[in-house]
Amino acid sequence: MSKQVLLIEDEPNIIEAISFILSRDGWTVKTHSNGADAVDIVKQRKPDVVILDVMLPGKSGYDILRELRNDPDVNGLPVLMLTARGQTKDREIAERAGCDAFMTKPFSNADVLETVRALAAK
Amino acid sequence: MPRDTLTGSRIRERRVMAGLKQSELAKRADISASYLNLIEHNRRRIGGKLLVDIAHALGVEPGSLTEGAETALLATLREAASGGYMPEAEFVRVEEFAGRFPAWAALLADSQRKVETLQRSVEALTDRLTHDPHLAASLHEMLSTVTAIRSAASILAEPGDIEPEWQRRFNRNIYEDSARLADSSRSLAQYLAEADSEASETNAPQDELDGVFQKAGFHLPALETLQADVDAVAADLGQDVSQAARWLLRRVLLRYRADAERMPLAACADTVAVSGNDPFAFAARFGCDLASAMRRLAHLPDDILPDPVGLAICDGSGVTTFRKPLPEFPLPRLGAGCVLWPLYRALARPMMVHTEVMEQSARAAARHRGIAISQPTGPARPGEDVLFESHMLIVPEPKRDVSEPIRQVGLTCRICPQASCEARREPSIMVASAPRKL
Repeated sequence: MSKQVLLIEDEPNIIEAISFILSRDGWTVKTHSNGADAVDIVKQRKPDVVILDVMLPGKSGYDILRELRNDPDVNGLPVLMLTARGQTKDREIAERAGCDAFMTKPFSNADVLETVRALAAK
Repeated sequence: MPRDTLTGSRIRERRVMAGLKQSELAKRADISASYLNLIEHNRRRIGGKLLVDIAHALGVEPGSLTEGAETALLATLREAASGGYMPEAEFVRVEEFAGRFPAWAALLADSQRKVETLQRSVEALTDRLTHDPHLAASLHEMLSTVTAIRSAASILAEPGDIEPEWQRRFNRNIYEDSARLADSSRSLAQYLAEADSEASETNAPQDELDGVFQKAGFHLPALETLQADVDAVAADLGQDVSQAARWLLRRVLLRYRADAERMPLAACADTVAVSGNDPFAFAARFGCDLASAMRRLAHLPDDILPDPVGLAICDGSGVTTFRKPLPEFPLPRLGAGCVLWPLYRALARPMMVHTEVMEQSARAAARHRGIAISQPTGPARPGEDVLFESHMLIVPEPKRDVSEPIRQVGLTCRICPQASCEARREPSIMVASAPRKL
C-alpha cells in the first residue's frame, strides 16, 4: 500500500501541482483546504506525512501544529510547514511549535518531494 | 563644573550687532585690540572687572555675556558625540568647539537631528513591513501565486512525458495565475507608491507638534477670545503637518481653549502682577486644578510673566505628550528625560505636589524649580481605574543661597555627567570612569 500525504493548503493551483508531483512519485495524496477542522481531518486520515500551510482560512497553521503536538494520538506525525513569508521569525515560531521541516514559498518541486521522502523515512 | 567658554563669542556677537569695530570696543574697554580678538575667539578666559567694562562699553548686562541659550545645541552635539567614538579629552571641549566654530557646530547638530529623523523613518518603515496588514496580505498573495506558477511550470519543463490532459491543465493554471500575479503586483506597486508620499512625513508626530509651537509660539491670541474657533486655529496651524500631528495639535488646542475660558487673559495678567508665575495662586484665584493652572501659565505671553516658564506633560507610561522647553532647561526630543525630575516622581504619588529646585548637571549655571503633580485624566467612574498624567511646570530660579536642598538632575542618561546615580538606565558618555571603558 502506498504511503499517504495529507496536504492542508488553500491555494487550488498549488494543491494541483503538489498533488501531481507526489502522486507521480507513488504517494497517495489527500487534500484539505480549511484550517478550522484540519486537526480532526488529520486524526481521521492518520497520514504518514502532513504538509501544512501557515495561512489557512479558519485557523493558522501554527495553531493546528500546536494542537497536533499536544494530542497523544498524532503527536509523532512528521509535519512539513509551508509559509509565504521568509523571515527568521516565522521559522522560529514554526520550530517552536514543533514542525519537522520548514519551507518558504516559492519552493521548488524537487525540494518538496525530497523533504517528504525524508520525513516519511524517519 | 564645566566652564563656560562661549563668553567671547557672545561679546563678538553683541559688538557686531552694535556696529562697533574691534579696535573701538578695545579702546573703550582699555585693552589692546589683539587681546580683545583672543577673547572674542574664546582663546582667553574673561571675568571680573574686564567683563563688566566690556559689558558697559557694549551697553549690555554682564550676565547676558556669560549666560547663553546654547544648551540645546550643546546637548545635541553631545548626542552626536555619543553616536561614535570620541576621545574623552576632545569630548570635554564641546563648548569650546561650539564657541570657536559656531557654523560647523550648528551644521553638526543639524546633521545629528537629521540622522535621528532618518533612524525613526527606518523604524517606522520596518514596523510597517511587519505590521501593515494590507502589505502582508498582498505579499502573501503574490508569493502564493508565484509558487503555484513555479510548481506548474517546472512540472511542464522537467523531462519526461506528461499526459496531454495534464499538460493542458497546467498550462491553463499558469495562464490564470500569471494574470492574477499581474493584477496583484500592479495593485501592490500602486499601494507602495501612495505609501511613499506619506512616508516622506515620517517625523514623529510629537516632533511636528513641537515644530508648530516653535513657529507660532505657545501663546495663541486666536484662542483667547470668546469667539475662538479651535477647529479653525487647528486647521491654520496644522496645515503643513501629518494627520497624526494634527490630531495631537487639536487635543492640545482644545485644552488650551478650555483653560483660557476659565482663566481669561486679563484676569491672568492681574494674578501675575500680584503673585508672579505661581500656579498655586492661579489655582486659588480661578478655583481650578493645579495642572490647568500650569498649562495656563505656559501659554501666557512672555511679556506679562516675570520669566518665561516651561512645561512638560507625560502620560502614565512616562512618554512626554507636551513639551515647552526653556533655553536653560531643555527637554529631550526623543524618549524620556531624567527619572529624577519631579515630573516622574509625581506619577508614583498621584495628587501630591512635588516641588524641587533642580540643577541640570550638564549646565550647572542655571537653576530651576520644578512643580509637578499627577492628576487623573478624566472623571472618576464607579469600579473603574482612572488614568493619570503628570504635569511639571519649570520656573527659572535665581541663583542664591537657599536652605532648600538642590537636586542635581540630568537631561537624559546618555549625556549626563553624574558619576554615581542610582537612577541611571544607560551608561553615560560623559562619565570618565568605568562605564565608558566597558
